[in-house]
Amino acid sequence: MARRVSVQTKVGFTVLAWAVALLLFSPILWTLLTAFKTEAEAIASQPTFFPQNFTLENFSAVQDRSDYFKHAINSIIVSVGSTLLGLIIAIPAAWSMAFAPSKRTKDILMWMLSTKMMPAVGVLIPIYLIFRDLRLLDTVHGLTLIMTLINLPIIVWMLYTYFKEIPVDILEAARMDGAELWNEITHVLVPMAVPGIASTLLLNVILAWNEAFWTITLTSGRAGTLTAFISSFSSPQGLFLAKLSAASLLAIAPILLLGWFSQKQLVRGLTFGAVK
Amino acid sequence: MATKQTRALARTMMAPAVIVLFIWMIVPLVMTLWFSFQNYSLINPMMTGFAGWANYVYVIGDPSFTQALVNTLILVGGVLVITIVGGTFLALLLDQPIWGQGILRILVISPFFVMPPVAALIWKNGFMHPGYGMLGHLWKFFGLQPVDWFNQYPLFSVIVIVAWQWLPFATLILLTALQSLSEEQREAAEMDGANAANRFRYIILPHMARAITIVILIQTIFLLGIFAEIRVTTGGGPGYASTNIAFLVFRTGILSNDIGAGSAGGVVAVIIANIVAIFLMRAVGKNLDA
Repeated sequence: MARRVSVQTKVGFTVLAWAVALLLFSPILWTLLTAFKTEAEAIASQPTFFPQNFTLENFSAVQDRSDYFKHAINSIIVSVGSTLLGLIIAIPAAWSMAFAPSKRTKDILMWMLSTKMMPAVGVLIPIYLIFRDLRLLDTVHGLTLIMTLINLPIIVWMLYTYFKEIPVDILEAARMDGAELWNEITHVLVPMAVPGIASTLLLNVILAWNEAFWTITLTSGRAGTLTAFISSFSSPQGLFLAKLSAASLLAIAPILLLGWFSQKQLVRGLTFGAVK
Repeated sequence: MATKQTRALARTMMAPAVIVLFIWMIVPLVMTLWFSFQNYSLINPMMTGFAGWANYVYVIGDPSFTQALVNTLILVGGVLVITIVGGTFLALLLDQPIWGQGILRILVISPFFVMPPVAALIWKNGFMHPGYGMLGHLWKFFGLQPVDWFNQYPLFSVIVIVAWQWLPFATLILLTALQSLSEEQREAAEMDGANAANRFRYIILPHMARAITIVILIQTIFLLGIFAEIRVTTGGGPGYASTNIAFLVFRTGILSNDIGAGSAGGVVAVIIANIVAIFLMRAVGKNLDA
């Protein structure tokens, strides 16, 4: 940045920015600290900042009480599974829209976007009944299917915006050189498309991981993901603040780390390429 | 070289995505529409047959609907105001020359990655609980009576939680837009003697207008469907004090097993979302031409 400012100004802005940022981060920080306190310390009338009796027992208690690992595995299967399934369906579609656009391509893209706007409650009841009749309620594969469908428009859109940036001339050149379609895809397109596909994968895993409408309404015990796991803590049972904090930390830690690496993709993916 | 062959191929490649999404959109929507005109209750199987507009009259005529509609508007409006104003402020702040920009960005963006039920529960128990929440301690420190947030101000409490989750999103998008503003343009304005307020009003704000529009529209789509935060904190209560349209549909259709009335509520929710969607599509569509 070329702007020259006095040191005082810089110090002032830095202090202000850190104060605001820490304030916003404080719920997460507080959860992190509380997770390692004893239950008694967590609700003491004189609150402590750092855990006085550092303990890991909350984590084992959470595992015993609600089986964290089962829910975590469900979350992983649903988020990764639905994203991979979505990519399989979306990559050919985005490829053809980016490289062989027709007059209707724009309409199709807009229409796909419109399906994302449909409020989930508008279709909750039929989906619930269909799932009940097909015995898909509380199953991991049923949930994966729904998650694929709700994120498919975003996957197509993100891939489309990335694919559009691949210079068509290179494809033409490959074609001139007599490359078969298959070779064109594997040797020219894929290497250039991989970063875009990876970004799409990352963002959609995050979105699916945090999805909390369908996971709560369509699952109970067996296929519950981490969002459902946490929701089971909504009614307090005795001393539970430290355990809740431990459970929360376990549920958000993996995605928080992934999220930090994907800030740029987040902007692009969630604005459907309108802000880059 | 768009031969017939390539065109047919393109269509084949597009087909799975289009077909899958078409079914996903049409089948449940038609079913919701159909159910909304039926007498259909899971509790009372004797109640069947065409209901006419009865479900709509029942849902819309109930005071809970008016309240849910008002709550939805307050929830969406409140969160939008907080996130847009706060996000603009934060974006401007993070755009200044400061130490530790990278870490600051990470701290600010983090709440967005916290899944809704976790966000709601750590606020409810760690912060807003009158007995052992942080805010309770703070109030006591100043000699005040701790507030029982979710009983006294249920809707406001939900707004705070949701705004906390979406502020990072607004900040990140607005910061991205801000950083695309050319340095020359700013410096030129500075040379011409424009003060900070004028630079903000005439250079920065017009530049960010599009990003702000997009943030408003995208957030509105998500905010209309706020569900988990209400589900795990207030359960829509006390009474209907924190029930929005999305939660009302869940309450009527799934919790009370009234499929007909729940579906009618669902149709209303779809209509409201469509009105917003039309505007969003225009904003995004314009960009597609550019």
